[in-house]
Amino acid sequence: MSKVIYLDNAATTKVDHDVFEAMKPYFEELYGNASSIYTFAGQATKAVDNARKIVADYLGAKPKEIYFTGGGSESDNWALKATALAKNKKGKHIITTTIEHHAILHTCEYLEKFGYEISYIDVDENGVVKLDELKKAIREDTILISVMFANNEIGTIEPIKEIGEIAHEHDIIFHTDAVQAYGHVPINVDELNIDILSASGHKINGPKGVGIMYLRESVKLDSFIHGGGQERGKRAGTHNTPGIVGFGKATEIAVSKMNKRYEYESKLRDYLIEQVLEKVPYTRLNGHRTNRLSNNANFSFRFVEGEALLIMLDQKGICGSSGSACTSGSLDPSHVLLAIGLPHEIAHGSLRLTLSDETTKEDIDYVVEQLSIIVERLRSMSPLYEDFIKEDK
Amino acid sequence: MSQVIEYSEKVMDHFTNPRNVGEIEEASGVGTVGNAKCGDIMRIYLDIENDIIKDAKFKTFGCGAAVATSSMATELIIGKTVKEALLVTNKAVMEALDGLPPVKVHCSLLAEEAIHAALWDYAQKNNIEIDGLKPPVEDIDETEEFYAMEGE
Repeated sequence: MSKVIYLDNAATTKVDHDVFEAMKPYFEELYGNASSIYTFAGQATKAVDNARKIVADYLGAKPKEIYFTGGGSESDNWALKATALAKNKKGKHIITTTIEHHAILHTCEYLEKFGYEISYIDVDENGVVKLDELKKAIREDTILISVMFANNEIGTIEPIKEIGEIAHEHDIIFHTDAVQAYGHVPINVDELNIDILSASGHKINGPKGVGIMYLRESVKLDSFIHGGGQERGKRAGTHNTPGIVGFGKATEIAVSKMNKRYEYESKLRDYLIEQVLEKVPYTRLNGHRTNRLSNNANFSFRFVEGEALLIMLDQKGICGSSGSACTSGSLDPSHVLLAIGLPHEIAHGSLRLTLSDETTKEDIDYVVEQLSIIVERLRSMSPLYEDFIKEDK
Repeated sequence: MSQVIEYSEKVMDHFTNPRNVGEIEEASGVGTVGNAKCGDIMRIYLDIENDIIKDAKFKTFGCGAAVATSSMATELIIGKTVKEALLVTNKAVMEALDGLPPVKVHCSLLAEEAIHAALWDYAQKNNIEIDGLKPPVEDIDETEEFYAMEGE
């Protein structure tokens, strides 16, 4: 395989060269413990503080409202479990949606074992949360609303500001899992009424294993990881200095090129969508046509199964992902695709392609060409297609 | 969303270059098993003459393993007598493919089911009874439940 066309940037991204360079000194040279008192460790402490400030500036937050964690899933777990514990005198009801990441859904299922009640709000056919249903779900004992900023599979961006407003009108804490949106779109926690936010480094050309949780100063949550006094006693464990530095640098770069990148990626994404819908018959686009992440395209190809599609794309050097059951080891296809109303069969035939600012038009042309050949080939083997054609005649 | 699935070289070969893809006009027997809900549908066509399977073709909607098991199953039954074909179990298909990842074992069950369903169709059409052949199971989920109960 000569060239790899990596179109799975929603899964993870390449570490930016400048990010890697910024991290390097904190492995072999400036390896001091950021919590230590001597001068040698001081540089590590400063680097952590600097990263914290970069993140806070981007989010319109105070540096002391930013906590470094081990990643997006940890932040989600912390937000949900700690809010549940902190507010259980007020109530045990949490509102979330049917299309959240498993870091939210499985944490909610876990909380249900401890008597918490979860309302899962539906989305429309584009994956947009139904605000009227959300309002109706609010009760006296609702303690938390958690809605993702943008969906990882279909890219739809949620009406975060409105949801935050609804939450605050009812004095309910609002958390958003912003793992896919962080660094891609402007986020101001005050303007958007966000109380808690989760984000991850490796989705924005930063390192894996590091994330943040923004926690509004007025919201008091307990520590999730107990131990030493790091992160103002809220998150124990020796600072992952290189990771944190990388997170800060990745944020800085993402913010500095946000507009340019958005413009470039969304134009290329639109070209990809247009080309695929034109060249591959019986195909649909999943997710909102315009109000979606600039790098996300998600298609369903009728009569074709996703894993078979992925393997054949892989043989042509193209990396994508699918919501097919066969790629998840379960019998059910993606919960997100089912939530937007797709029948199982159509959900099994899904393909997510997520671009980066390094993706070129030539890459897209090659992918569209290969895709149309592969889909045609799989359809020629498909009994569903055979039946469809016979019925059509 | 997705997970890497490790397939043997044989599975990859039969997925990339599947044998016997297609249809047989006026087939002696046709069997379709599985459902779109769980993501696998397999259809096997048989051409049977004097109790011998002269030809077998398949069409499959499904993952790499589903395509590979269909391909291997048709290879294994061509040239066999009806009775011999009945003995081509999911285990035989799996072994011939140098194994399948545990989550894909159900694909080989589907292949076995598809052969049986096609043979059942042949028997029905010709008003004959084939020893040991049961009517096809409509839904592979039920089959899986059955095998789960059997402790396989």
